[in-house]
Order: sequence, then structure tokens, then C-alpha cells
Amino acid sequence: MTTFLGIPTAPRGVGHLRGDEPFPVAARKALANTQLRRNLGKATATIRAKRAAVVAELPDWEELREAGRAIKAHTMRNLGHYLTELESQVTARGGTVHWARDAIEANRIVTDLVRATGAAEVVKVKSIVTDEIGLNDALAQAGIHAYETDLAELIVQLGKDRPSHILVPAIHRNRAEIRDIFLREMSDVDPGLTDTPAALTEAARLHLRRAFLSARVGISGANFAVAETGTLVVLESEGNGRMCLTLPDTLITVMGIEKVVPAWRDLDVFMQLLPRSSTGERMNPYTSMWTGVTPGDGPQSFHLVLLDNGRTAALADETGRQALHCIRCSACLNVCPVYERTGGHAYGSVYPGPIGAVLSPLLTGVEDNASLPYASSLCGACYDACPVKIDIPSLLVHLRARHVEETARAHRMASPEAVTMAAASWVMASPARWAAAQSASRLGRVLGRGGRIRRLPPPLSAWTAARDAPAPPRHTFREWWRKERGGRP
Amino acid sequence: MTGPAARDEVLGRIRTALGSSVPAGPAPGGHAPPADPAPRAYRTSGDLGAGLLLDLLAERLRDYGCTVRRTAHGELMTAIGEALGQRGARRIVVPPGLGLTGLPAGTEAVADDGLSPAALDGVDGVITGAAVAIAETGTIVLDGSPDQGRRALSLVPDYHLCLVRAHQVVGLVPEALARLDPGRPLTWISGPSATSDIELDRVQGVHGPRTLDVILVEPEQAGQPGT
Repeated sequence: MTTFLGIPTAPRGVGHLRGDEPFPVAARKALANTQLRRNLGKATATIRAKRAAVVAELPDWEELREAGRAIKAHTMRNLGHYLTELESQVTARGGTVHWARDAIEANRIVTDLVRATGAAEVVKVKSIVTDEIGLNDALAQAGIHAYETDLAELIVQLGKDRPSHILVPAIHRNRAEIRDIFLREMSDVDPGLTDTPAALTEAARLHLRRAFLSARVGISGANFAVAETGTLVVLESEGNGRMCLTLPDTLITVMGIEKVVPAWRDLDVFMQLLPRSSTGERMNPYTSMWTGVTPGDGPQSFHLVLLDNGRTAALADETGRQALHCIRCSACLNVCPVYERTGGHAYGSVYPGPIGAVLSPLLTGVEDNASLPYASSLCGACYDACPVKIDIPSLLVHLRARHVEETARAHRMASPEAVTMAAASWVMASPARWAAAQSASRLGRVLGRGGRIRRLPPPLSAWTAARDAPAPPRHTFREWWRKERGGRP
Repeated sequence: MTGPAARDEVLGRIRTALGSSVPAGPAPGGHAPPADPAPRAYRTSGDLGAGLLLDLLAERLRDYGCTVRRTAHGELMTAIGEALGQRGARRIVVPPGLGLTGLPAGTEAVADDGLSPAALDGVDGVITGAAVAIAETGTIVLDGSPDQGRRALSLVPDYHLCLVRAHQVVGLVPEALARLDPGRPLTWISGPSATSDIELDRVQGVHGPRTLDVILVEPEQAGQPGT
């Protein structure tokens, strides 16, 4: 489908930007999973504390955030310029640049590149964008096996599962479950495997070692790409990224077009903001930066795939555009009271949490992720935590408005919200009608239990599908005033 | 390479998307580089003296689980011998330009004559120099210079001994970036490889070297107060 100005959004039927069910339905199931809630509670609390400690160490944190925000806003306003600059720098250094309008085109480009090498397997660095486009499925259809090499992604892949967190995608699994998955899915595993994290990590190391040492093709995403120099940047912890970026002959990097940054010195800002916001470390264990091809060191064939897949549609929304500033740190997930309880799967998209609730609908068009902008209490914690100051609460409200307007337009009739507001306006315009309506609302008390109404009759059921409504009070304010003050002003 | 159609269409969509919000002037994709409007009020230079800088780097590296030795240049071979001995590392890859006059007795230097990944997997460890180190974050940056060799050398062997010289240490991330050449392949290393992917329990040592030792090489006069 298309959105503003006829720009296409991410196509349906490919990749992982849309859930099978709306957020409230998925969230209810997730809330019933006590193991999940325990894991999430522990994980988010731990990362929150680590992040707070390392952020407090920097006297210029707010200055870094403001610089990060400004660099990203400037980049988006000049996106075409910086992408073409990046393209010419990468090309000048021996790389090849490809442009993909959407997931289908990106998958085809990557599959063709792998086929041309004759390789039947590839090693992959953790990359959300390749998950967004469903690259592994596309490769599998072409008979190419993709090894996910990040430990959490490996757990997710072997468990035939979906990632649930941007940074720690297998956070919904506990050690016993992971042990069972390894015993079931790894042909080379020691049957006496215990469930300590150290033993499980060692099993993954041994399992992947052969794949790394014999890999001919590596596939990665990118955290940043510097237009001025043509330099690609990948941050990681385990060394699987370095393996994939260094040992194969061919490297294919897929990046969303919004990941470009103008200048080398912009890394001053992002190499400080990202590690501290993401893992809560002063610096992540490993970062690789490479520019085109270096003779005698690393892959001698380098391909960069620049992916749109709905990003230009997001860019066309002048308010929504700032969601493209996201550097995928996941700080907003860890502070979100909704995410902390529902986990990532309920959002249905590879981008969960507060940023996912705005980014996913912007990429797919609001109608395909219509429940996500409502998956928030608008408490604002995400805005405070965001290292590039994305105003997520305002974006959520903006997207709710877009949803209402687009629904009304699509159905050529007033939306339930518009009907409600028009009715409210008619009632409130007359004191007599208002008093009558208030008295009538007391009838709602029969629906309430403990001061809450969990389910209103249609059409108001749309409101209580995702929230409880307070039961109306015994007296209206006017009645109480008359009783207390005898009608005196 | 995709045909020009996809490229033209994506750039066209960007122009359409930005439409009226783009200030008058050269179109996106034009030649004039847009002026950088970012306020850069953050710190770009540190204020620590040389001694405190090394102290901070050592503390931050230890925080990541590295063993750090500080030594004067004249004692370097002793420190290397100690480190290798403690780790039981005998067959060591040595990049061509490291400039050591030999290795401690009982250690075999393996030259990198295009060693395959499997061959690298078979050695006990590697010794490299460094390009820059960042005290505030406990980070060592390698840039593939002859004293460090290609990236695979410091990646595949399970043990990495890194020699950092005092003049290579800066305080802050922006100072490091100003010294680095973006045209070289860069590897930023902050402690040994690690994961927290299982229940957020930190496990040290995954695919990269499971052990990282650092020797901070100080000028001769250092450590001799009063002379």
C-alpha cells in the first residue's frame, strides 16, 4: 500500500514487521506467562541500573544527546545527498553499492550475490534489518543455510522462535530451555551439557567454530555508515561479528538508508551514546570499522545493500520522521512499563517496545500496525532514556491521530472517535443536556467491580478492549456541590 | 549491482518525502555539502596528565577482566615472558613489524605468511602493538599497521597480548577518532569477548580471544621519582 505522497510502505507478505494479532490480544497471552515476566523483569532492571551508572559518569551526556539529535535531524533533511556521497566513497574504495526499494528486492540481491560465490552456507552477524526483511527465509528457499552467530540469535534460530528484544533477543528463554534447545538441535553437542551460562556459551562456541573458519560469505547489518569516508561500523560483544566481517572472502552488508551519518567526527557522539545506552557499558567489547576493501586484510569482495522498505514513507511524515533517528540501543524498551510486562513478541514486529510502536507503523503504514500506537501509557520514560532524544510519546499521539483520520477517510464515514467527540460536543453545549447525561452515566456503576469497569458494551467496548474504565461516581460533581453548599456559588 | 531504476526511485522518493520541508538551495544529492548545524558542546579533549591517564586506562581495562602490567621499555621482554608463562602460551604469532628483538626462551614465534584461519586456530596466542588507547572507556584500537598485522591475527587465536605505549593513550573517544585513519580497517577492543545473552549473566570469552592481557609500556624515566 502507499501512504503520504504515494510513497510505498514496506510490502506485506515478506519479512517481520507485522504481527499475526493485534497488540492487546498478544499482550494478554504474554501477561499470562509468568516465566516470561520474571525473565523480563530481571533483565530490564539489570540493564536499567547499568545504563544509569555509566551515563552518570559522563559530565557531558546531555550535550552528547543534543549533538546526536541534531546530527540525525540534519542527516534526514539531506538524506539523498549523504547516501550518494556514501555510495561514491564505498565505490572508490573497491566496494559495490546496491539499492533495494523493498524487502523483496533486497532479498533477491543478497541471494543472487551469495549464489554467484557458489557458497551453500553463510555466517551472519546479528542484524535486525535482515530479520526485518526475512532474509534467512529467502536464503533457505534458495538452498542456502544462514548460520546466526550471535549467541542469542542462535538460540532464537535453533528454537524456531522470534527475537523478543533488540539487544538480547532470547531474553524470554531461561537456561533450562536453552539447554533443551541445544541438546535437540545441535548435532555436535555433548549430551552431558549442563545449563550454566558458561557451559551453554562454550557449546555455542564449539558449534560455530567450524562455520567461522570455513565461511566464504559473511552477512551483516550496520550500526553506522560514514558518508564522508565510506566507513561501515558494527558494534558487538562476542567476536562473532569480527569473525563474519574478517574471515570470509565476500562480505554483504545490508543497511537501512537511515543509518548513514555525514562525517567521521559524528562517531565522536555515537560511539559514546550507543554503548552506554545499549549494554550499559563504557564501551562494548568489539567494534569493527572498515572502508571498502583492504588488500591482504579481510574480505576482498564487499557489497553494500541500501534498503528503503518503508523508510522513505516514514520520511514523508514530517512528525514521524524522527523515528528514523533511532540507533537501536533498546534503552526505551528497558524503561518501558508496558514492554517490561508484555515482552517483545506482543508487538508482532522485529522492532518492539516504544520505538517499535512508532517505527513499525511508519514503515508498514498505520493501518497494518494500527494497535501499536496505543501500546503505551504515554508516561514519557522512553523520551528521557533516548540517546538521540526521539520524542516517542508525541509520535505515539501523532500516529493515533493518523490512524483515526486514515480510518475515517478509508471508510468514507466518521470514525467511532469522531462520532463520540461530536456527541460530547452536542451534550456539553447545553447545561440541561449535560446534567441529564451525567445522571445517566451513574447507570455505569452496575458494570463496575472495585471501582473499575473491565468491559463496556459496544460501541464503547473498543475503549475497554485495552484499558479498564473507572466506574462512575455515586454523585455528579454538581449534585455533590448542591448538597454540600445548598446551591450557593 | 542493481540497475539504475532502484537507485533513481529511492532517491526520487526521498526528494518527494522531503518536498516542501527542504530549505531552498541545492537539491538533495546535489554537490554542495550541507553545513553541519550540530551543536558540539561535548568534551573533545581530556584534562588528565600522562600519569593519571595511564592509571585510568589500567583501571578501566582491569574492570573488563584484563590483566594489565605496567613496565618501562627496558623491562618489556621480562613482562612479555611473565605474561606468556602465566598463560602457558608457547607458539605465538608475531606480526612482521612488531620490532621485538626476540621472544623469551621457550617461546616459538610464528610468522604470518598468509596463515589460514585453521592454522591461526592452532597457535596459542598473538602479540600485537596498538594504534590508540582510550583511557575513559578502557579501549584499545588496532589499525592493521605492521606492528599489529591483519585483523584475523588478533581474532582467531584464543589469547591476545597487546602492547600499548604511553604516547598512544588518549583520554576521550573524540581524541582517539581524531588520531585514527578511517581508511584503515579498525578494531576497537574493550576487554575480552563476552556475552550476557543467557539470563543476562555475563560470560567472558565467546568467539574472540578469551583472554586479553595488556602491557602498558612507559618511558624509561617513569616510575623513578626523584631522579
